[in-house]
Amino acid sequence: MVEFRISALKSTRPSEYLARFLFGGAATVLAGIIAKHYGAALGGLFLAFPAIFPCSATLVESHEKKRKRRIGKDGTRRGRMAASLDAAGAALGAVGLVAFAALLWYLLPRYNAALVIAAATLVWAAVSVALWHLRRKRVFGLRVIQRTGAHARQFSNR
Amino acid sequence: MTDLIVRFLVGGAIVSVFAMLGDVLRPKSFAGLFSAAPSVALATVTLTIHKEGKPYAAQEAASMLLAAVAFIVYAAAASYVLRRYRCGALLTTIVTMPVWIGISLGLWWITQGRL
Repeated sequence: MVEFRISALKSTRPSEYLARFLFGGAATVLAGIIAKHYGAALGGLFLAFPAIFPCSATLVESHEKKRKRRIGKDGTRRGRMAASLDAAGAALGAVGLVAFAALLWYLLPRYNAALVIAAATLVWAAVSVALWHLRRKRVFGLRVIQRTGAHARQFSNR
Repeated sequence: MTDLIVRFLVGGAIVSVFAMLGDVLRPKSFAGLFSAAPSVALATVTLTIHKEGKPYAAQEAASMLLAAVAFIVYAAAASYVLRRYRCGALLTTIVTMPVWIGISLGLWWITQGRL
């Protein structure tokens, strides 16, 4: 079941928030500069730049390590496994990103821009969440669960 | 210059909002969906439409589609490496980044002018 824990925001340090803001801002500026100098075709690639992914995977790993170390355990492997799950989720989110881009590409020249952007964002969320549910039901996640064994099953509920 | 500052602030803010959503959601595989949120795209497309018009933004979206395909492979590769090898998350996501760059540019080169 999906949970919403607002208290989790406290475990992120101000420097980590700042790093993500800087990464995000820099990626957006980079996309703009490349589009300006090399055209929309090349600049457009950076619209799907993995701006948050390295930061979030690193944060997930470090938070998991800290949690484990508080109870006197190493937590290195647990941190890595948590980051791996985060990355697997990102791969599913990226499928949603393909749908988002396809919708923008096809509908933007024809319809109201604000509506198209809103619809594409909803489609991204719907596709990503639907795929996550399918994976959860092991429609195509069977091998991953089997390989990582009980250890991964323990994490999949975190 | 003003345009770049606006891009930086809007991009940083949208990326931060999606990152915070990822922070508060559990389980982690679900929170991971937000690592591939269209945050940079939302910031860039809105500003691009305002400045260059819708056809130009649509052309950018066509290229974005290719990079999103590369993102799927990149994130899956990072997940595999983290699961199978003793590499930390930061090192893994940086070392596997050429997967995203290589596939994005490769697909862009193959489909040049056809999208």
